[in-house]
Amino acid sequence: MTHATAHPIAQKSFFPWIARWLFTTNHKDIGTLYLVLSGTLFFIGGLLAMLIRMELFHPGLSLFQTNFYNQLITLHGLIMIFGAIMPSFVGLANWMIPLMIGAPDMALPRLNNWSFWILPFAFALLISTLFLPGAGPNFGWTMYAPLSTTFGPPSTDFLIVAIHLMGISSILGAINIIATILNLRAPGMTLMKMPLFVWGWLITAFLLITAMPVLAGVVTMMLFDRHFGTSFFNAAGGGDPLLYQHLFWFFGHPEVYIMILPGFGIISEIIPTFSRKKLFGYTFMVLAIASIAFLSFIVWAHHMFTTGIGLTAQVFFMFSTMLIAVPTGVKVFNWVATMFRGAMTFETPMLFALAFVVLFTIGGFSGLMLAIVPADYQYQDTYFVVAHFHYVLVPGALFSIIAGIYYWLPKWTGHYYNEKLGQLHFWLTVIFVNVTFFPMHFLGLAGMPRRIPDYALQYTSFNEIASIGAFILGAAQFIFLYNIIMSIRGGKKAPARVWEGAHGLEWTVDSPPPYHTFQTPPKMHSS
Amino acid sequence: MRVAHCTLLSLYFASTIAHSSWDLNLTSGVTPVSHAIYDLHMTIFWICVGIGIVVYGTMLYSIIHHRKSNGVQPAQFHEHLWVELAWTLVPFIILITMAVPATRVLIQMRDDSASDLTIKITGHQWKWEYEYINQGIHFFSNNATPYEEINNKATKRVDYLRTVDHPLVLPIHKKIRFLVTSTDVIHSWWTPDLGVKQDAVPGYINEAWTRINRPGTYHGQCAELCGINHAYMPIVVIAMTQADFNQWVVQQTASMPSAGTVSSGEATVPTAPTAAPSVAKTPATPKEKAAIITTPAVVPAAATVLAPGAPHPPSTAQAFTKEQQMQQGEKVFMGTCAVCHQASGEGMPPVYPALKGSPIATGPLPKHMSRVLFGKPGTAMQAFKDQFSDEELAAVITFERNSWGNSGAVVQPTDIQAAKAKGPLPE
Repeated sequence: MTHATAHPIAQKSFFPWIARWLFTTNHKDIGTLYLVLSGTLFFIGGLLAMLIRMELFHPGLSLFQTNFYNQLITLHGLIMIFGAIMPSFVGLANWMIPLMIGAPDMALPRLNNWSFWILPFAFALLISTLFLPGAGPNFGWTMYAPLSTTFGPPSTDFLIVAIHLMGISSILGAINIIATILNLRAPGMTLMKMPLFVWGWLITAFLLITAMPVLAGVVTMMLFDRHFGTSFFNAAGGGDPLLYQHLFWFFGHPEVYIMILPGFGIISEIIPTFSRKKLFGYTFMVLAIASIAFLSFIVWAHHMFTTGIGLTAQVFFMFSTMLIAVPTGVKVFNWVATMFRGAMTFETPMLFALAFVVLFTIGGFSGLMLAIVPADYQYQDTYFVVAHFHYVLVPGALFSIIAGIYYWLPKWTGHYYNEKLGQLHFWLTVIFVNVTFFPMHFLGLAGMPRRIPDYALQYTSFNEIASIGAFILGAAQFIFLYNIIMSIRGGKKAPARVWEGAHGLEWTVDSPPPYHTFQTPPKMHSS
Repeated sequence: MRVAHCTLLSLYFASTIAHSSWDLNLTSGVTPVSHAIYDLHMTIFWICVGIGIVVYGTMLYSIIHHRKSNGVQPAQFHEHLWVELAWTLVPFIILITMAVPATRVLIQMRDDSASDLTIKITGHQWKWEYEYINQGIHFFSNNATPYEEINNKATKRVDYLRTVDHPLVLPIHKKIRFLVTSTDVIHSWWTPDLGVKQDAVPGYINEAWTRINRPGTYHGQCAELCGINHAYMPIVVIAMTQADFNQWVVQQTASMPSAGTVSSGEATVPTAPTAAPSVAKTPATPKEKAAIITTPAVVPAAATVLAPGAPHPPSTAQAFTKEQQMQQGEKVFMGTCAVCHQASGEGMPPVYPALKGSPIATGPLPKHMSRVLFGKPGTAMQAFKDQFSDEELAAVITFERNSWGNSGAVVQPTDIQAAKAKGPLPE
C-alpha cells in the first residue's frame, strides 16, 4: 500500500494529531468527528433529562426554581434535536454514503470540514446561555413569541446566533450530500439501485435546504422584534403571535421528518441483512419516503389546532396529517414482509431494528390519534404529546442510530464489538425506554400538561415510574459507550463482509477501510 | 436524627402517593362535546389496537418461525404489486372512516352561535381573570395552594394545585360561550371534563363554548408554557343549577363596586345587577336539587369577597402603622411579587429587576406607585391596580421600600387613591 492510501499512523505527537482532526477533508474522519460530537451532546442532553426527571419524581419543588426547570426543558430539547440526533445522522451519512455509492469522498470535502467545525462553536454558545446573566432561554425549544421575544432573557440572542450557526452547518451539509449522491455514484448505480440509506438521505437533504432557511428567517424576526423595534409577533404593534407559530412549524414539521427519514434508511439496510432476504418492495419504499417528505410540508398547523385557526384550516390539516399514516404504514408493512419467510438471526443491530419497528409504530399510532382534531383538544400540550414524540424520537430515531452504529462499527474499527454487552445494552434500553415513556400516555390522558415542574397529587405514581425508568435508561447508555471504546481499542477481527447477509459496496472494502477508498470507481455487479 | 429523617421521608412519599391515581384513560367528561371527543378517542384507539395486533402478530410469528436457527432457507420474493397496492389503499379507506365522524364533531365544536351566557377569560402571568360580560361580574382567579406546600415545607393537602381563590361559577344545561384572550404571553384555558381547550393569545379573542350536563366541580390548568409559574395557574369550574347560579349572580353583583374598578382600563360594563336576558329562570326540579354537589363554602358569599383577586370598594382614609404595612406587605409580596423579584429582592435581572437598592424602590414614591399600579408596557411587569385592594397595594409598596436595606416612607391607601387618579407617569 502506498503512503497516500494507507490509513494515517496514529500520531504520537500532539500538534500533528490536532492538525489532522482540525483540517481533515476525509469523509471517514469527518463522520467520526460528527459522531463523537453528537455522542457527547447526547450525554449532556441526557444529563438534563435526568435532572428534569429528578424534579418530576414527586410533586412540589424539590431541587430547582421554576425558571431553572424551564431552562432545563428548553436546553434538553435543543441539545437532543440539534446536537444529538441530527449530527449523528450526518456522521453516519458522511461515513457511509461515499462507501455505499462507490465514491472516493464527498463532492465538496473542504465544505464538509467547515460544516462540522461550525458546530462545536454553535454548541458552546448554546450551552453558555445557561451561565449568562439573566439565565438561559426558558421558553421551550419551540420558542413561542411573545414569551421568547418580549419576555425572553438576554441569552436568547445568543441562542438565536447558535441556531443560525447550526442551520448553516445543516444547509451546507445537505448541499454536499445532494451533490455527492447525484454526481458521484459509481457507473451502473442508477438511482433505483441505490441503497435505501442513500435514498433516505437524498430526500432528507432536500427537506433540510427547504426548511432550515425558514427557521433562520423566523429567529431573525425574533431578533428584530427584540432589538430593532419591529412588531412581527407583537399584537400591540400590529403583528401576530400566531405568525411565529406558522413560520416555526413550517420549519418544525419537516424538521421531525429530517430526524426520522435517515433512520428509515438505516432500518431498511439492517433488516434485509439479518433476514438474509432482499428488502421487500424497494420501489414503494422509495415512493413512500418521497411521499412522506412531500406531505411533511403541508401538515404544519397540526401543532396549532387549539390556537384559534379557522375551521377550514383545521379540517385541511387534519386530513393531510392523517394521510401521512399511509406511506408510513407502507414502510412498516414492507419491513415486516422483508422479515417474513426470511432466515433471521438476532445480533444487536437487528434487535434494535426490530424494536424500532414495534415502538416507532406505537409513536405512529399516538400521532394518528393526535391528528384527530376534536381529540387533540384534549391531548394538545399534555404528556400525551410528550409520550408521542419521545416514542418516535427515542425508540424511533435514536434506536435507528444505535442500530446503525452497532451495524457499521466493525467496519469502521475492524473489530467486532462485544455481542454480550450489546445484548445487555439492548434489553436494558428497550425495557426501560417503555417504563419511562409509556406511562406518559396515561399522564396526558389524565390531564397533566407539559412543561411543568410540579403537578397535582394524582399524577404522582406514573411520574415516579417514569423517573425510575429514566434513571436506569440513562445508566444503561454507558454500557454502549464502553462497548464502542473497547471496540476501537481491540476485539475479534472483522472481515470485509462483517455480516453474513450483508450486501452492498461498503462490504467490499476492508474492515477498517483504507483512509481513501474507491479512488477508482468499482465495477457494479447486478445483485 | 437519622430515624427522624427516614420517617419524615417515608411519610412524605406515603402522603403524596396515597393520593395518586392510576387512571389510564381520558375522561368522558360532563358535556356533549367531551363525550363526543371521548368516543372519537376510543374509536381511533381500537383501530390502532387492531392494526397493531395484525402487524405485531405477524412480526412475532416471523420471529419465532423464520429464524436461521430453525434451519429455514430464506425465501426469494421481494415485491408483489397487488399486495402493496392493497395495503396502501386499505389504510386510506380506514382513515376516511375516521375522518368523517371527526369532521362532524369538529364542525359542532366550532359552532358557538346562540349562546346563553358569555364569559370573557383573560390569561395573565400567572392567573386567570373571568368576566361575566352581561352580568357585570369580574374577578381574578389565583392559585390558592400556599407556597409552603409547594416548597415542601408543609404537607400537601389533597387539593394541592387544584384550588383557586375565586372559581368560575357556571349554570348547567346552558350554552356558555368563552371569549379567551391574554394580556401578556400565550396561555391556554383547559378543562378536560368540559372538553374545552382554547389558547389565550395576546391580540386575539378566541371563542369556545360548552354546555355542562351535570353539577359539580371540574378542574383544569393552563396548557401553554407561559413563564415561571405556568404550573401554578389552576382552573376550577363550579357548575350548578340555574336557580343556584342566579342566586350566586345576585350575591356577586351586590358586592361589586360602582363603575370604575371593574376592568383594567377598558370601557366600563354595566354594573347594575341585571341578569342577562337570555339567562331565563328555570325552577330547580327536585332531581336537580338532589343532584347538586353542595360546595357552598367555596362559592364566595357576599361578605367574603374581600380577598385578593376581587375588585374592592374604595378604601377608607384609615392610616396604618409601619408594622401593619410590613406584615401585610410581606404576605402580598411573597405570594405574588417574589416569583419574579425573588424573596431576597434581587430579582433575575434584567428581565426581572432587583428591588434591593433599585432606583425605583429607593427613589421618588410617585414613580414607584405608578410602576406597581400601571405596570411597564412591553415588559413582564403587569398593572396590579385591579388585582389588589388599596390597602394591599399600600402595604406591598411600603414593604418594598423598607426591606433588604431599602429605607423609605410608609405608604397609605390614600396615597394609592391619589396615584390612581393621577394615572401612569411617563417613562
